[in-house]
Amino acid sequence: MNDRPLIRLTDVNFAYDRRPILTGINMVIPRGKVVAIMGLSGCGKTTTLRLIGGQIKPSSGKVEVDGQVVHELDSDGLYELRRRMGMLFQFGALFTDMSVYDNIAFQMREHTDLPEELIHDMVMMKLHAVGLRGAASLMPSELSGGMARRVALARAIALDPMLIMYDEPFAGLDPISLSIIGELIRKLNDALGTSSIVVTHDVQESLKIVDYVYFVAAGKIVAEGTAEDIKHSTEPFVHQFVWGEPDGPVNFHYPAMRPYNEEMLAGPGRKQVWW
Amino acid sequence: MVVNALRRILEALGHRVTKRIWRLGFAARFLFAILLHSGTALRRFHLTIREIYFTGVLSLIIILVSGLFVGMVLGLQGYDTLQRYGSTEALGILVALSLVRELGPVVSALLFASRAGSAITAEIGLMKATEQLSAMEMMAVDPIARVVAPRFWAGVISMPLLAALFSAMGIFGGYLVGVQLIGVDAGSFWSQMQASVDFREDIINGVIKSFVFGVIVSWIAVFEGYDSEPTAEGVSGATTRTVVTSSLVILFADFILTAFMFRG
Repeated sequence: MNDRPLIRLTDVNFAYDRRPILTGINMVIPRGKVVAIMGLSGCGKTTTLRLIGGQIKPSSGKVEVDGQVVHELDSDGLYELRRRMGMLFQFGALFTDMSVYDNIAFQMREHTDLPEELIHDMVMMKLHAVGLRGAASLMPSELSGGMARRVALARAIALDPMLIMYDEPFAGLDPISLSIIGELIRKLNDALGTSSIVVTHDVQESLKIVDYVYFVAAGKIVAEGTAEDIKHSTEPFVHQFVWGEPDGPVNFHYPAMRPYNEEMLAGPGRKQVWW
Repeated sequence: MVVNALRRILEALGHRVTKRIWRLGFAARFLFAILLHSGTALRRFHLTIREIYFTGVLSLIIILVSGLFVGMVLGLQGYDTLQRYGSTEALGILVALSLVRELGPVVSALLFASRAGSAITAEIGLMKATEQLSAMEMMAVDPIARVVAPRFWAGVISMPLLAALFSAMGIFGGYLVGVQLIGVDAGSFWSQMQASVDFREDIINGVIKSFVFGVIVSWIAVFEGYDSEPTAEGVSGATTRTVVTSSLVILFADFILTAFMFRG
């Protein structure tokens, strides 16, 4: 097996309209491992995934996937790389005009010349792996949130990718679906010999399945380590996050322009007019 | 104080103008990208056929019914005017030329923009809002080639066919009212129409118009959908813009085309 890490982010910075989102990110994703990127909403987790997938380019630094610098690839090179990646979007992003079966078969039909009989067998294998072989003919609108996520997972592994990226795979799921998805992520990773990145803020579920964790806060990596390291971390932010404590370094209040008492005394200021 | 207010107004005006010009440039680049990525839509023609069903076939009812009524109204109004000059036998020419030259291409394009253009914008906008386009990109499938180009070409192909059907139904409506209801001589109605409607000058020019309108509506519809804000308000605003912008551009383009084509 190749010993080089599958993904390496070196001193990556990213900004939207000069507003820094990620600062000095250094990250390594080894082959065959499940790595979680955790942090509060809006801290830059999904941006990291989009950088790895080449949907956006870093302001500076280097994003390497399987030895290739992602942001230096032309569009053909990028599409070639993406054929070896799978991504599960936060709400599944299933194609709503296609059945479950056609959603899974989509990439096979687009990228291969396989006969329809073989595509059928492959689709059924993927659906069986996520326990939804019986739902092949359903439309996405007929699926529950947990089922849609599992179909999206089957679609992400359709072409046996070297890397699967999960964007908030646990968001909005009931406890049973949550643990099913968690188990599937681990099992599929090990069975397919792939690598996985799980972007999440669900601490308890993800710590059960991941090999390594990066904690991101305000666009910087504030802690990293194995699940055990993270559970026993004394870093105030990590401790507050893992144990869900209301008091700690994370502010409840969004930063305001002026203090509370000044704001109240000043009144509404300039009146809003209808035009 | 006044200078400041004036400066603010000028700034706001300048911002709006540059924003629109920038957007127009983006739309032009988008059209270029569609043409560049049309290979999939034309090579795998079943993708385009599917969209022709959704945009063209499903627009048939509104096009045919509107065509029939517009033709019937033309029959009534035309007869009313022509009888003053004692030339009611020319009703066939009036109905046919009005429809083939103007009303067929223009009214069917306006109806097409409202029925199919808005649907295309809403569909692409919602696909963007629900990350379906991003998912496609991450699967190494270009959404412009797979989603946008087939819808664009389906609109371009459907429009002249719909305009032709609109005109045909309109002529039938004019016949129903003029010949069957009022009693204009059927022989004069058809023979005068046949003698006066020129294939190149009238019919081909009408087809060219409807083809241009097809490009305009499809281009605006796919662009507005692709460029929409990925929110409920964004998609609703984009759908409205498709109908309003398409209608205005169709009427403007109609004037320009007519000025070039029918110089008398």
